[in-house]
Amino acid sequence: MVPSQDAGGAVRPAAVSARGWGWRHAGRSRPAVHALDLDIAPGERVLLLGPSGAGKSTLLHALAGVLGDINDDGESGDADESGSLLVDGAVPRAQRGRAGLMQQDPETQVVLSRVGDDVAFGAENLAVPRDAIWARVHEALADVGLAHLPLDHPTSALSGGQKQRLALAGILAMRPGLILLDEPTANLDPDGVLEVRDAVARCLDKTGATLVVVEHRVSVWKDLVDRIVVLQPGSSSESAVLLDGPPDRVLREARTMLAAAGVWVPGYVPATRTRDLVPAPGTGNLLLAAEQLAVSRERPRRKGFRRIPPVPVQDGVAAQVRAGQALAVTGPNGAGKSTFALTLAGLLEPVSGKVSASLDLSQGAGIDPYKWKAEQLISRVGTVFQEPEHQFVTGKVLDELLFGPRHLGHGEERVDELLERLRLTHVVDANPYTLSGGEKRRLSVATVLAASPQVLVLDEPTFGQDANTWAELASFLSELLDAGTAVVSVTHDAEFTAALGGVELRMAAAEVVAP
Amino acid sequence: MRQELTLHGNHALLARANPLSKFVAVLLITAVLALSIDWVSASVALVFELFLFPLAGLTLSLLWQRGWPLIVAAAIGGWSTSILAPDSGRILLDAGIWTMSQGSLQLGIGFLLRGFAIALPAVLLMSCTDPTDLADALAQKARLPHRFVLGTLAAMRLVGLMAEEWQTIGMARRARGVGSRGNLAQRVKATLGQSFGLLVQAIRRASRLAVTMEARGFGGGKRTWARASTFSVLDLWVVAGGVLVAALALVAAVTAGTWNMVWLGS
Repeated sequence: MVPSQDAGGAVRPAAVSARGWGWRHAGRSRPAVHALDLDIAPGERVLLLGPSGAGKSTLLHALAGVLGDINDDGESGDADESGSLLVDGAVPRAQRGRAGLMQQDPETQVVLSRVGDDVAFGAENLAVPRDAIWARVHEALADVGLAHLPLDHPTSALSGGQKQRLALAGILAMRPGLILLDEPTANLDPDGVLEVRDAVARCLDKTGATLVVVEHRVSVWKDLVDRIVVLQPGSSSESAVLLDGPPDRVLREARTMLAAAGVWVPGYVPATRTRDLVPAPGTGNLLLAAEQLAVSRERPRRKGFRRIPPVPVQDGVAAQVRAGQALAVTGPNGAGKSTFALTLAGLLEPVSGKVSASLDLSQGAGIDPYKWKAEQLISRVGTVFQEPEHQFVTGKVLDELLFGPRHLGHGEERVDELLERLRLTHVVDANPYTLSGGEKRRLSVATVLAASPQVLVLDEPTFGQDANTWAELASFLSELLDAGTAVVSVTHDAEFTAALGGVELRMAAAEVVAP
Repeated sequence: MRQELTLHGNHALLARANPLSKFVAVLLITAVLALSIDWVSASVALVFELFLFPLAGLTLSLLWQRGWPLIVAAAIGGWSTSILAPDSGRILLDAGIWTMSQGSLQLGIGFLLRGFAIALPAVLLMSCTDPTDLADALAQKARLPHRFVLGTLAAMRLVGLMAEEWQTIGMARRARGVGSRGNLAQRVKATLGQSFGLLVQAIRRASRLAVTMEARGFGGGKRTWARASTFSVLDLWVVAGGVLVAALALVAAVTAGTWNMVWLGS
């Protein structure tokens, strides 16, 4: 376990070569990637861009050798592969450990429950000798800036950015020549994004490995890559690569096209509807008020006959929600912003203090939103969760929208307008789970609004969204605000807050979390 | 909840023993107790187990926190046995269809004690054993297939996540107007819907985790182990302790004449 010991296996940067490569997923009629010709030299750093459906993730999975529903005979179901895709002149699947892949969801990038074990996992699978594994673990943890954590530190106690850096360490310990990042920072707050980006930069400078990264936010990666490749959705007539070249040239030539496709090109804030009039703070009908509010997701514990309240993640919060006013809840990760918003929305019970609804809002349902029945709640306070899938309750987009109005017995006439307004008319019969990320987000907003709540609470509504969905959402919410709805949004997105105007409630970190 | 399940800070003696030897000891005791429903073998085993508490770094309140479902189940089992088992001897309680006789009470107490005595070693084992170390021992020492052992271990980590996910989905559905309050039928319906939501998320997470593991080279043939699972003298004592407790329980019951093989009937 001596860190200085030779860990073996210096990194040999990998070359990628695709010739007419195409892939169709099992059960799909259209190929995800079609006729891809692409060469990446060893040590090159490439940012892959393109609209959703262009097959970016498919390409990364293929390069990582994990693509397809492979059965025990090593055959890939009824998926279809054409042409060739080679890493160092060989099929990726046959070269375990040659490429390392990081995906979007931090929770599923962690395999084991202790930090050291998790980093060692990949190296173990590659049959690296034990002493060399621990040398690699120490080195990798230092490279990603997690060397201060003890090896038996529980991985569940890490923040999202730390989990992604841990995943990077696990990849580095395999000494891969090709590092593949599939939207590695889409689920992270701004600090987490930089944390991960800088760790990647350090490791690449040190090892010289080849990098392929897929990401909507170009500005984060622009200075780190030396080439941008823009893919387009598979068609039989055109090549899969739309544009290819140095970042500055591609961004200059294709800025308008990329922006139109929803890519966040640097320095571009999509145009949104401006509000008719942003009311002065403190005006507008008071709908909800929080006083001396302490919040927690934990429930009270029982010890014998005593009831022990949980330790609040945030205490003494005061806030007012007023008609036609936007309230932005901001602050670092772990400050309890979402917990506060969910408590305000009547979904969590306050630890202490109170949330009270005004008579204008409660209309006979009582003062405490947490005590309202579900159908009383949705016509008064609507909450849009960060993960749209959590809120799907039916198997069809139209039923999903009609669900609220049917329960309430009114408001069905509003559904058509919402479908139209949020561009969901082409998917009315589709299963909500099969929609694209942007469509899911729009649907989740539409379903909550179908019940016509006077207060709308949104938890990180713009996380991972492309620029087009972002702009639509901001414009739509500004319309709602002008129409007198109150909008509370938990967000890290300063541009989004600015687009809605209104009051900001900044929450300080509740406790010191190790960096 | 996930924090409670880790061993962070448990420096008790048994925490240092190899998980496999602890597993074997638990298996031995459980096997003997599973053979017979009688109060003598169960109480002998129970007394020894209570002595082992401090060695595993366990206290009564910790035991209740971690093992209450098992303890409640044992209590219910004992109670229902004592009122439902065929009567023999003097009738002690007669409440219409429910009667409790000397014989059925004895059987019920045996059942209760046996429930405790079987539940306790499992709680003891889990409170002084890290799941990762147990997996290491099962794969390296017991030679179980590593794909199976490590796959199960990784999946277990998701169980903790799913508990959080369950709460979130419950709130998300309330925000859609699906009440989890109301009469029994409504609650059952709401729970079923929530379970479906959880199932979908569990499958998504599991398939992403599987991709992560595969991308880290998991599933190949040869593999090394960063943590060597080793036996020490302590493990001899652990297994010997298991044999001793099992044997004493057996001998005591046979001597007292209460040994009562389950499948032979009484």
